[in-house]
Amino acid sequence: MADVALGKKFLGQPVERVEDEILLMGKAQYSDHLPTRAGTQHAAILRSPHAHAKIISIDTTRAENIPGVTAVMTGDDVKEMSEAFLIVLRQPINQWALAVEKVRYVGEPVAIVVARNRYIAEDALAEIDVTYEAMKPAVDQEEAILDDAPIVHEAVGSNVVSTRDFTYGDPDDAFAAADKVVKMKIRYPRNSQTPLEGFVVTADYHQGENLYDVASNYQGPFTSHPVMSMALRVKNSQLRMRTPQWSGGGFGIKVQIFPYVVLICLASKKVGKPVKWVEDKLEHLSAAAAAPNRLIKMEAAVKNDGTVTGFRFDQQDDYGAFLRAPMPGPLYRMHGILTGAYDIKNLSVTNRVVMTNKCPSAMVRGFGGPQMYYGIERIMHKVATELGMDPLDVIRKNLVPAGVFPYRAAAGALIDSGDYPGAVERAVKEGALEDLKKRRDEMRAAGKKYGIGYAAIVEPAQSNMGYLSNILPRDERQRNPKGGAVANATVNVDPLGTVSVTADSIPQGQGHMTILSQIVADVLGLTPDQIKVNLDFDTAKDAWSIATGNYSSRFSSATTVACLKAAEKVKAKLARIASQTLNVPADQLEFVDGKIRDPSNPENGINFYRAAGSAHWTPGNLPDEMEPCVRETGSWSPPELESPNEKDQINTSLTYGFVFDFCGIEVDEDTGEVKIDKYVTMHDSGTLLNPLLADGQVHGAFAWAIGCALYEEFVYGDDGSFLTGTFADYLVPTAWEVPEPQIVHMESPSMLTPLGAKGIAEGNCMSTPVCLANAVADALDVEDITLPMTPTRISAMIHGEEKPPNNDKPAVTIPVKGEGNVLRGTGETFVPAEPLEVWNTLLDPKALAAVIPGCHALDLIGDNSYEADVSLGVGPVRGRFKANVGLTEMVEPKKATLSGGLIGPLGASQGSGHVFLEAADDGTKVSYDYAIELTGTVASVGGRLLEGAAKALVKQFFQRLGAQVGGRPVSGGEPWWRNLLRSLGLLK
Amino acid sequence: MSKLNKDARYPVTMTLNGEEVTGHAEPRMLLSDFLTHEIGITSCHVGCEHGVCGACTVIVDGTVMRGCLTLAVQADGTTVETAESLASKDGKLSELQLAFKKHHGLQCGYCTTGILMSLTAYLEENPKPTEEELRDMLSGHLCRCTGYVGIVKAVLDYCENSTE
Repeated sequence: MADVALGKKFLGQPVERVEDEILLMGKAQYSDHLPTRAGTQHAAILRSPHAHAKIISIDTTRAENIPGVTAVMTGDDVKEMSEAFLIVLRQPINQWALAVEKVRYVGEPVAIVVARNRYIAEDALAEIDVTYEAMKPAVDQEEAILDDAPIVHEAVGSNVVSTRDFTYGDPDDAFAAADKVVKMKIRYPRNSQTPLEGFVVTADYHQGENLYDVASNYQGPFTSHPVMSMALRVKNSQLRMRTPQWSGGGFGIKVQIFPYVVLICLASKKVGKPVKWVEDKLEHLSAAAAAPNRLIKMEAAVKNDGTVTGFRFDQQDDYGAFLRAPMPGPLYRMHGILTGAYDIKNLSVTNRVVMTNKCPSAMVRGFGGPQMYYGIERIMHKVATELGMDPLDVIRKNLVPAGVFPYRAAAGALIDSGDYPGAVERAVKEGALEDLKKRRDEMRAAGKKYGIGYAAIVEPAQSNMGYLSNILPRDERQRNPKGGAVANATVNVDPLGTVSVTADSIPQGQGHMTILSQIVADVLGLTPDQIKVNLDFDTAKDAWSIATGNYSSRFSSATTVACLKAAEKVKAKLARIASQTLNVPADQLEFVDGKIRDPSNPENGINFYRAAGSAHWTPGNLPDEMEPCVRETGSWSPPELESPNEKDQINTSLTYGFVFDFCGIEVDEDTGEVKIDKYVTMHDSGTLLNPLLADGQVHGAFAWAIGCALYEEFVYGDDGSFLTGTFADYLVPTAWEVPEPQIVHMESPSMLTPLGAKGIAEGNCMSTPVCLANAVADALDVEDITLPMTPTRISAMIHGEEKPPNNDKPAVTIPVKGEGNVLRGTGETFVPAEPLEVWNTLLDPKALAAVIPGCHALDLIGDNSYEADVSLGVGPVRGRFKANVGLTEMVEPKKATLSGGLIGPLGASQGSGHVFLEAADDGTKVSYDYAIELTGTVASVGGRLLEGAAKALVKQFFQRLGAQVGGRPVSGGEPWWRNLLRSLGLLK
Repeated sequence: MSKLNKDARYPVTMTLNGEEVTGHAEPRMLLSDFLTHEIGITSCHVGCEHGVCGACTVIVDGTVMRGCLTLAVQADGTTVETAESLASKDGKLSELQLAFKKHHGLQCGYCTTGILMSLTAYLEENPKPTEEELRDMLSGHLCRCTGYVGIVKAVLDYCENSTE
């Protein structure tokens, strides 16, 4: 495509953002600030404490009776009112907006309360009684594929719901002819960039038109719009989606709002009023989205000179409990570029989609790239190690050479432009790699563990809407071929000549308004501050298509082009109008400084606003057949984004940038901390539209990548309990942990987009985690590196696994079902009463009720079995639980076994313990041990405090027992949390 | 403070950004919810609701506080400053705000207002922090967009060149 004669007065310049003023003043209206009409109700969602359980019954009566509660809905209501969400795979994996019949992950929505305000709605959650029958969960992705694994979706019959094999070139031949086959097994963890602003949905059902009017910080892609409208049983036009101008970060994650859009729509229909829901952070961390964890078994066919002639990938992605559209995208979005930055012709790939009892996976910045490049760049590092070569020489040896673009990669990517070897050498020089190598030598000579890592990656942008078609068999996808990627933008000039722009990019902080104003200003000879860009979006009014939205770096090569086209149409129209007055052919006029004029006689011109105004004020004077007004929409879809071909090749994205990173790190041998000493990142992202904003995207991706490499992971217990439900558990890097990388730019314009721009926002998510891992591998001379590289993991590599402290070992081993989040403890106390007295107290419901901390009621429900209503809390959460406790193996008055469980809105637990009574001086020595498994909110947010809290609670129980038996007032014991604070030194 | 009835709504009056405002709050209503939904300001952003992210940071009687960890009724009778107070009345950005704009110290802007409030209080006490001191202070805030680079540059530039 020909380059466009742009003035480029503003484009390409580090123009400050037009967005910033309102944001800095705190005047921007995010979703939670949008006006709602009077009577709007507020929703709260009850979520599953179990990873896998049958829902036996749900009793909502008490919740419905709370004043202020408008309605409570369960999966039965939702199933009656809506369809299961459409998914990409032809498999019976049915998901509704609330769990139906069983729950499949901790955090899965089970019921929704609609009430006058959020506080009342949350109160009511505690009054919903759900009876679950816990099932064994499939948690680990490698165990989930075994024959005897619990099945997440019984109707599918297996947790492996899709397997596809692909072959390109002749990998068997390449491996047979190889001097060496290098093998590696890598795992990439679950994580997410967790935008600070959570999901917000306000839905207003209009009964007269059977229309759902929704405002939400949803980010597209609008491929999920039909998924929502079909679930709601309406036409697309009856689901009006509006997204606000301002959104508090997205990073792909806000795609996953769509099931909640449907849920809140149904709630609005049910109560006949608008309903608003704002997600909180625990909901977000446990149930919003996670990039899929991936297991890759990789093989490289290698020649002794370092040439890699073939790759074999066996990729297995863990998508959690459901496949929400556009899953399994991360496994297929990178497909065309599976050979990365390398000229490798022979490739075989097996893609497996695995279901487990974890939060459903989703789009997250990088979208399959971090996982894939972790495999490729780790194995390239290993190839170097095994051949005794410098890793950079192996990279150099295999890079796609200069001068071959456009280059068709083995799996189908059409790489548009670049000079990979040139970029590497430029980074090496400008980043002073030789000095870094010297520094490594010096540090090592001083006894430090210092390493250098490298990573070379290709960064795709603007996804082919047909990329997921490869998951279908060839004949099936040929019946319904998909491809392309449509972008839309509209430029409007009003009667007074002021210019406004709307577009389909749904930004979340990237600065799209600024860039569009730069483009339009350049085309129309104006200044960016004369262009008003409005990027709030409304499917009822704006031009949109399935590709609409903010994901996969589509803005800089898609929406910008649509906007350019719209601006050029406006320019052409105004030039024709001006041509009449100026007596100069339209195509010879120039647009400069607010004027349309003859370049050979600048005096012969008219003001821009006057030419535009005449299309409004005097339409009768317009040139023949010209329509009045000035409002032009540009739509664009690049022809290079074709459907997959007969050989399963697919050009998965339109543009391909290049990123090359190297870094120096020091591992602190004492603490296991990885310290980043130097980081250089080289980007060739085609033409930079705004270098200031481009660097901002690099910095942001880099910071999250530091998190992925060193801190961030969604952790699950073996029982499927979710253990990272706060920002104190899911650690996010702060200003202290993120150094400033040295950025080196090179600009090889894309020949496939008129502006030459490529994506830049995802590259470091793909390159940086593996670059740091390679540096640690170099520093420690180890092969198997698991992300995130926490001090615990690094220390274990240096010093061996840390043994748990001895004092936590129970005297008696108590078997528990899983080995998830298990608390174990032992202790002993002295009670100034005879053993028989103590024994009788334990068996007396009234006395026991007085002894159990937080007990409201205790009833005997069978032989030595009790049901209790207790209030318990730990960390930031406190709630009411129903407890069932039974006494068995009783030897009066010597010992007994206690077992039972707790269930409440904050979670569930199962546990058991032993009590031993032994006569001692004037009393009884009571010794005990216990093991408790926890799941649900308590486990998610209280993990750090549970150990101490449980100890304090049990200790308090026996203190109160002593007080009760000894005839002293029970209130003598202090609350357990005071004990805890004291033991932590926070209370004197 | 006298004991409050949990089901009653109480008038809460404060001097917010120089103007006296009154709204009503149940005892358990968070200051962040009160400012946003009762008074109608738009700068107190709720991020984590457990005190870690800092997006809701405001200044109450001169002390930097998390709006999500403060009850509205605790702020009765206080003076509260939010990011709306930073620009001049006629809408001119402060030098610190301009420095953020110049150095691309914000993207989505959600964390920015809280960071600006912490900085406002901090820079009064420490007008010339070193980069290390500044990064230490900023570690009380989470930003997911910028990688902190623009924020650090903006503040250091402001501290170096401010005429305020």
